[in-house]
Parts: sequence; structure tokens; C-alpha cells
Amino acid sequence: MAYFLQQLINGLTLGAIYGLIAIGYTMVYGIIGMINFAHGEIYMIGAFISIIAFLVLGLAGVTYVPLALAIVLLITMLFTSIYGWAVERIAYRPLRGSFRLAPLISAIGMSIFLQNYVQIFQGARGKPMPPVVQGGFTVFESGGFAVRLSYLQLFIMLLTLALMIGFTTLIAVTPLGRAQRACEQDMRMAALLGVDVDRVISLTFVMGAALAAVAGLMVTLYYGVVDFFIGFLAGVKAFTAAVLGGVGSLPGAMLGGILIGLIEAFWSGYFSVEYKDVSVFVVLILVLVFCPTGLLGRPEVEKV
Amino acid sequence: MTAAAGLAVDSAAKPPAFWVPFLKDAVLAALVAVLLALPLVGLQTYDIGGGALGIRTHFDWVAIGGAAVFAGRLALRVLQQLYRTRPTGRARVLISIAAWGNRQALPITLLGIGFAVALPFLPFSSRYLIDLGTTVLIYVMLGWGLNVVVGLAGLLDLGYVAFYAVGAYTFGLLARDLDFTFWEALPFSGLVAASFGVVLGFPVLRLRGDYLAIVTLGFGEIIRIVLLNWAPVTGGPNGIGGIPRPSFFGLHFARSAPEGVATFHQFFGLEFSPDHRVIFLYFVILAMALLTNAFTLRIRQLPIGRAWEALREDEVACRALGINPTTVKLSAFAIGAMFGGFAGCFFATRQGFISPESFTFIESATILAIVVLGGMGSQLGVVLAAVLLVSLPEFGRAFAEFRMLIFGAAMVGVMVWRPRGLIAHREPTLRLGSSR
Repeated sequence: MAYFLQQLINGLTLGAIYGLIAIGYTMVYGIIGMINFAHGEIYMIGAFISIIAFLVLGLAGVTYVPLALAIVLLITMLFTSIYGWAVERIAYRPLRGSFRLAPLISAIGMSIFLQNYVQIFQGARGKPMPPVVQGGFTVFESGGFAVRLSYLQLFIMLLTLALMIGFTTLIAVTPLGRAQRACEQDMRMAALLGVDVDRVISLTFVMGAALAAVAGLMVTLYYGVVDFFIGFLAGVKAFTAAVLGGVGSLPGAMLGGILIGLIEAFWSGYFSVEYKDVSVFVVLILVLVFCPTGLLGRPEVEKV
Repeated sequence: MTAAAGLAVDSAAKPPAFWVPFLKDAVLAALVAVLLALPLVGLQTYDIGGGALGIRTHFDWVAIGGAAVFAGRLALRVLQQLYRTRPTGRARVLISIAAWGNRQALPITLLGIGFAVALPFLPFSSRYLIDLGTTVLIYVMLGWGLNVVVGLAGLLDLGYVAFYAVGAYTFGLLARDLDFTFWEALPFSGLVAASFGVVLGFPVLRLRGDYLAIVTLGFGEIIRIVLLNWAPVTGGPNGIGGIPRPSFFGLHFARSAPEGVATFHQFFGLEFSPDHRVIFLYFVILAMALLTNAFTLRIRQLPIGRAWEALREDEVACRALGINPTTVKLSAFAIGAMFGGFAGCFFATRQGFISPESFTFIESATILAIVVLGGMGSQLGVVLAAVLLVSLPEFGRAFAEFRMLIFGAAMVGVMVWRPRGLIAHREPTLRLGSSR
């Protein structure tokens, strides 16, 4: 029981991170119908920028942890968003209206490019990060097994919750959110009614990148080590989460992320650590084959 | 005075000179580039020992990058302005080259094959060059195999390396446990890979194009992880070693063969040379690649091949015409997988050692890059792209580090400027009411 609870906490933390990345996939897919394969790399870049920001702050003498966290969060979101914007501008915008697989191939190229760009300029070795948020408390104890909830896990879950509320409100009430929902339903009609579609798509990428940046910061803090290759697996898992939750649905992405996090945590807790990635891929294949609309998605109608 | 004021108003109303927006645009681009480069290029982390990181600054690199982007963007805009009067100017040059290539397809092909056959005997040829040629040909064969799936049938397969791995491991296991030789195992490699293609393809081929791509990627990763962790059978990360080399009709390429077996050099009365085997391997893969090509070119003329291309262009129309998309896609998948399996079998015998490390996603992406850069569906393009991508990094070690970077950039660039590939101005296989 205690072990189960511990895995649940670990899974929820992991799931929060996947969910934040998945939102980027789901928003982009909802509006322009493409898999932003480079999104995992954006998350990796976010993780690197957060490490660099921590180092610079450390050199500048900012040692008060909440302040440092807040500054790093802002810096990471800002710079990573520029990456998200630039990727869309360079690799996807010129391809609008091209044949269907063109953006995906371009995205794969972008992903390879970004991975190697970071590898060349930051080195291939894993970057260690000393723990910033330490400590925690024991939730529950039974049979000599203490269930721990660290402050970091709490921080990750609360920040994710806050961001979810913020973004859901943003989509629901602001003019930008309205424009996004309009583009999702019918891009051409939205354009005819005066919505600047290019701008909306750009901002969607920026928002997705900002959330991925937060996920990158979280993973830096949580695992304490980052390398240039983390984006690939995390990207695939987050995409699985987006599909599982139903592509195009924001709460769905979060739900999918949490489910994937739980599946991974329980799988490695009860079965085998070696095959934990396989479990996620199997879920991906099963969902796509048997229930391609996901849990909270709308069925897709093929138009001729 | 009033006249002067009027003049000023006039000049203000006039649109600014054509280079002003260009300059503004270039400055903006450079600004974005500097912002992008600032954290990741300008501040470089490095180990200072004890598990801690230090920071080095490289703001000069950021400045150089910004200047380069400024110049590049400006040049691009000016070139666009110059070509605006002839909007297809650049495209026309490429198309005319491609069209010339199509007209001269037979001579070019013969020349290419002639060169490939003669390569080991040319005066400047060396063991290194033949080895490189063998590697290029493996990629050419993989590219042609994937071309069936991506180029002809229009199914984006991101896990093609899985079939390559299946072929290689089929031979590795058969050789280790059942003492199969290369030639005995070759058909099995293709068969097993093709069955994997069918098994994977059957449930997923109903999916949309990009969903299919992600599922194939997942499949490729599953195969790799299983190979890595199923140690009792696959040897895990240590792989399988001691895979036998191919023989030439039972003649071995060794200095001295075991009792009762002839060696190649004894049989032909030649001086022993380790180069014989290298050259032989080169010819084996050349023959395999050419067979793949011949098979693809022929099958394109058959109803099934035509159905592939038709399906790529319009699935709904195909269904209306009574083509069963699932079986047609499945056949493309299986045939592509089969060629991947053959290539994997050859890879295993050439290396003598296989491990999961050789079958990562990057390998899939490389093969895909070859197909995409060459122009999807173009057989000649695959050859050019394979030669370019595989041999470029060999010409200078400093360059090798940037190989994948250039790969990625080239994939984006080709998609943006020539989405159909560098030389893919392929004539339709079939034309209604053609004059020829």
C-alpha cells in the first residue's frame, strides 16, 4: 500500500511534466493538424536554458531560492518561446499548403538540427545540476516504509496546476483564445472574419514552447541531470499523452500526461525498469489503433 | 516655402526605397538570431570537476552568428527581388536539369553502373575507397527499399531501421545457433523482415499519414529496446559477434581454410590478399542494390505498383475505384521491409558483429533523409543523396561533427524550397492520351 502510494506520487509528478509538454503538441495539432516533432527538442532546450540561467544567477550571487526560481522560470520561458517562434517561422510557415507529410519531415529535420546544435555548443556529456529545492515530508508510514512527498514534487504539481488554470482561462476568455478556437474549427473562415491566422499560429507555438520550457525546468530540478538527447523520448511520450487524452483537447493532454506518468511509474515499480519505455509505446499503438480520438477528443471527419 | 512643404509631404507619402524594408527585415532576423544564440551559444557550460558546472562566454560567436544571419537574410531578400520578374527562375534551372536527367536516364544509369562495377579496378581505388563504396551502397539499398514505402506508396515510415535490425539479427541468430551461412540465411532475413512488416502493418495501416509515422517510430524503438534487454537471446548490449563472412560459391576468403574447404585464392591460383574479401563484399551489395532497383522499376509497371502511386495521390478516389487500400499498403510495407531485411543481413555479414547501437532512430532518420533529399520516388535521387550524405563527412574530420546538423538543416531546407526533392521532376508513370 505504502509502495503503491509512493509510486502514485512519483507517477503524478512525472505525469505533470509530460502533461505540460503534451499541451504544446495538442494545441498545434488542433490548429494546423501537424505533429510538431521538434517539440521534444524545445523542451530539451528549455532544460538547458534553465541550467544556464541557474549558473548565471549563482555567479551573480542570487541565492534566495524562491527568487532564483522565479527569475529562472521567467528567463527560461522567454528564451525558449523565441525558439518555439523561430522554429515555426523557419520550418513550418513556408510549408503551409504543401503536401501533407512535408511539415512532418521538416519537423524531423528541425529536431535533428536542434539536437546536434545543442550537442555541438554545449557538449554531449550530461549536465549535472545540484539540487535546488531540498527536503520534504513523510505523508504516511507503514511497515517501515515511509511515503515521501518532497517539496520539489509538491512545487511541480502546484506549478502545473496553476499553469493549467491560467492557460485554460486564457483559451476560454481572452480574444487570443477565442481566435485560437476559431482557427481550430475552421482556419479559412476565421481568416475571412479578420483573424490574423499567421499570428495566432505563431502565438500557439510560443505558448506551447513556454509550457515545454517549464517542463524542462522541472525536469532539470527533478532529475538533476540533463543531456541533449532527453527531448526525443520525452517528446514521444508527451505525444502519446496528447493522443491518449484526445488531440486538440487541453484537459485531455493533461489527463493523458498524468496517465502516461502513472503507467510508467507503476510499470517500473511493479514489472521492469528496462521495458518502461516499451509500455508507453505499446499504449501509443493501442490507443491509435483502437481509439484514435482519445479519451476526451472529438471524432475526426475526413473531408474530400 | 509652401512648395518646399508640399515637396516634403510628397516624399513622405512616397513608398520608401525598396531596400529599406529589406534592411529592417534583416536587422530583425539578426536580432532574433542573437537572442536565440545568446543562452545556448554565448554561454557554454563545461565540467569544472566534482560534478559541478562552470560557464564560458562566447559572445564573439553570437556576434558572428548575428552578422551572418543579417548578411544572409539581406542577400536572400535582394535575390528574391531580382528574381521577382522571373518568379520560377531558380526552380526552372533545377527542373531543366532534372528533365535533362530524365531524358538521359538510360545513359546516366549505364554510366553510373559502369563506374560502380569498375570502381575496385580503377587505378586510384583503394581499400578505404571500396569500404566507403560498400557503405554508400548499403544506404542506397536501404534508400531504395524505403522509397517503395515513402516515395511510391506515400506512407511515412519512421521505424524503417527496425526491419534492417530484424534482418541483421535473423542472420546473427541463425548463424550463431544453427550454423547458417550468409547465402542460406539471406532469404530468411528478407522473409522474417517482411513478416514483421505485415504484422506491424496490419493493424496500423488504417491510420492517417502522420499517426502512422509516429506508430512506426514507436515500433522501431520497441524492437531496439527488446534487442537491448532480451539478453539471453540477443546478447543484449553486447550484441552478437563472430558472424560468418560470405563465401564465393563455397570458396572462403581466408589465408588458410579448414580441412576439406577450398579458399578463393587457392582455387583461382592468386596470391592471398585481404582485399579480395572487401572487393567481393562490394560486389555482393552492388548486385543486391541493383536487384532492388530492378525489382522496384518493374513492379512500378504492374497493377500493384500503379495502385501504390495512385493511393499516394488520392486515397478516397482509390477506394471509389475499388482498390483495397489496406492490402495495397500492406504489400508496399512488406516489400520495403523485405529489402530492409536483406540489407540488414548483408550489414551483419560485413561487420561480423551486430548490436542494438547500430539500429537507433537516427539511422531511420538518415535513411529517410536520403529518400527525401533525393526526391521521393526518384531512384537516381536516392543514389545521389546517399553518396552525398555518406561520403561528405569522410572528407575532413572537422566536418564530421556537423554532419547531423547539416542533415537536419538540409531536410528542412529541401522541404521549404523543393518539397518534392532535389531532382524529383519525375514524369508520371502513366499518362492519359499521351502523344508518345
